[in-house]
Amino acid sequence: MNPGTIGTVYVKELRDTLRDRRTLVSMIVVPTLFMPALIFGMAKIATAIVSKAREEVPRVMLVGGADSPAVRAELEKSGKFAVEPASGDWKQLISDKKVRAAAEIPEGFEKGLGEGSAPAVTLYDYQGELKSGLAVEQLRDFFTGLRDRATAKLLKDRGLPATIARPFEVKQVNVAPPEKVGGNILGGIIPYFIIFLSLVGAMYPALDLSAGEKERGTMETLLCSPAARTDIVLGKFLMVLTASLFAVFSALSSLGATLLLVAASSGTAAKGDPGMLSIDPLGILGVLAMIVPVAVLFSAVLFALALFAKSLKEAQSYVTPLTFMVVVPVAIGILPGIDLNYRLALVPILNISLVCKEMLSGVWHWGYIGLIFGSTALYAGSALALCVKMFRSEGVIFRT
Amino acid sequence: MIEARLLTKIFRDTKRGDIRGADQVSFRVEPGTIYGLLGANGAGKTTTLRMIGTLLRPTGGSATVAGFDVVREPDRVRANIGFLAASTALYARLTAREMIAYFGRLNGMDDRSVRARIGVLSEELGMGDFLDRRCEKLSTGMKQKTSIARTLVHDPQVMIFDEPTLGLDVMTARSIVQFVRECRGRGKTVIYSTHVMSEAEKLCDRIGIIHGGAIRAEGTVTELKARTGESDLEESFVRIVAPEARP
Repeated sequence: MNPGTIGTVYVKELRDTLRDRRTLVSMIVVPTLFMPALIFGMAKIATAIVSKAREEVPRVMLVGGADSPAVRAELEKSGKFAVEPASGDWKQLISDKKVRAAAEIPEGFEKGLGEGSAPAVTLYDYQGELKSGLAVEQLRDFFTGLRDRATAKLLKDRGLPATIARPFEVKQVNVAPPEKVGGNILGGIIPYFIIFLSLVGAMYPALDLSAGEKERGTMETLLCSPAARTDIVLGKFLMVLTASLFAVFSALSSLGATLLLVAASSGTAAKGDPGMLSIDPLGILGVLAMIVPVAVLFSAVLFALALFAKSLKEAQSYVTPLTFMVVVPVAIGILPGIDLNYRLALVPILNISLVCKEMLSGVWHWGYIGLIFGSTALYAGSALALCVKMFRSEGVIFRT
Repeated sequence: MIEARLLTKIFRDTKRGDIRGADQVSFRVEPGTIYGLLGANGAGKTTTLRMIGTLLRPTGGSATVAGFDVVREPDRVRANIGFLAASTALYARLTAREMIAYFGRLNGMDDRSVRARIGVLSEELGMGDFLDRRCEKLSTGMKQKTSIARTLVHDPQVMIFDEPTLGLDVMTARSIVQFVRECRGRGKTVIYSTHVMSEAEKLCDRIGIIHGGAIRAEGTVTELKARTGESDLEESFVRIVAPEARP
């Protein structure tokens, strides 16, 4: 192995890559825009949609309740609902989203309310539909308020204090530092994108530097030089790894900058409160350290797959299934209730997803961290050895 | 000097079985001469040259290039050859200068030597106008000059040309042929594969006619014609590789 030759190949590939717009897009532009756009853009869009839905006065329908006019009048008077005239097909109207929710008031409800023995009110909604959910939530608030007021009146009439029905309140106070709260909120999603971006960042250069070179005829030119095959493959591999790590670095830098901007614009930083979206910097450093062997693994596997291919098109057909093979374990890692154990710590990709989630929420299991780093480094080393072996095989390089 | 002794290459194919890409090919090329490997497409020219250039490992036989064995000392062999083929392309996003310098460095040259060599080659090949232009922007002729400079940057003793004029226009092909002659004039050992009879006739001191992976006949153009009793190299070639095909 000759470090000088490896360096020569690496510098050439770096220069070549930096002149390629497609690689720059996958290496810098996508990761830089992707994270803030996805995390904050989506959050902003979701907030806007929910706010707009909340502003809407929901159309609701009261089914039955002919003998409970006061309840109906109070509901209409509240101004929170647009009460539609009763109709026999109210369930269909909810399904068609023409009415958001309905409340079925049983016979004798109002009478029973005054006596403390009113039958149950049934609420109808379209489960999973945002506006219907908000409408039924407001209906529940209305009837809960009605019940509380009726209870208080009954107690008062009997000379009892209102607190008898609610002898104590339950309060909830968060004791976790903001960065740990942020880590728990973003802990699942950040590893997901970081791992995915380290794959995306390596993808195009891996294809271009192997199958692309074969297709363009420059591979044979290169192999005519006295440079050792191992030096050539290592120089190329280092370039692919650089692209992968740069994609991750771009994404994290962009995310950090976005978080600072959000904090500054909301004024939380000035008050000394980093806000609920702040993340422990140590957690970020931990993620960066853990992502290195993953990036090596991805770079080597992608390079090996693309090396086997005769053309860029064939290489793309090999690489596409790999994307799914990566996304699935990472997505499983996000699911709540899946915790690290020694068995999962050996499952590639899933182990990284889980340990990064823990580190971002301030949990440092050093045994798992060591095991995951070591096992991933071992997988990565094996993949790299396979790359070198394949590059030395004329059956692969001159495959027809 | 190049010496091939019973050079054989068998490609293993799961569907088609063993394929003999080259079958006991033997020849010798002295410095200052051009040896032509003349054969139809698929005859075994590229396989033979790739074994000599150490891109493929022989299944049997041996070969030495400038005194180095192609199996035991492949790096040294490659350090002594310039390999130019229709399939050896340029890096589109590098400039002509960067392309030549890259191969100079891969050949172990230091920056000063590379700079000096690029100056000499640029002067000789008339590359001054496009030396700093990206290869993707060069005309076919300019690309060929850059490829030639790439093969010559380390001043190799042995030149291997594998159908270098394939797909080129007449003027560019002529400049390649002229360059091959110059290589001979400088005392380099040259091996030149082609299926173009006129090129072989004009250029080669000796010709090996290859067919089905094996050398079927060898000699000077005059010797080959005399052997077949033909006055034309093409007729001699056909008579040697497919005697039954003649009317």
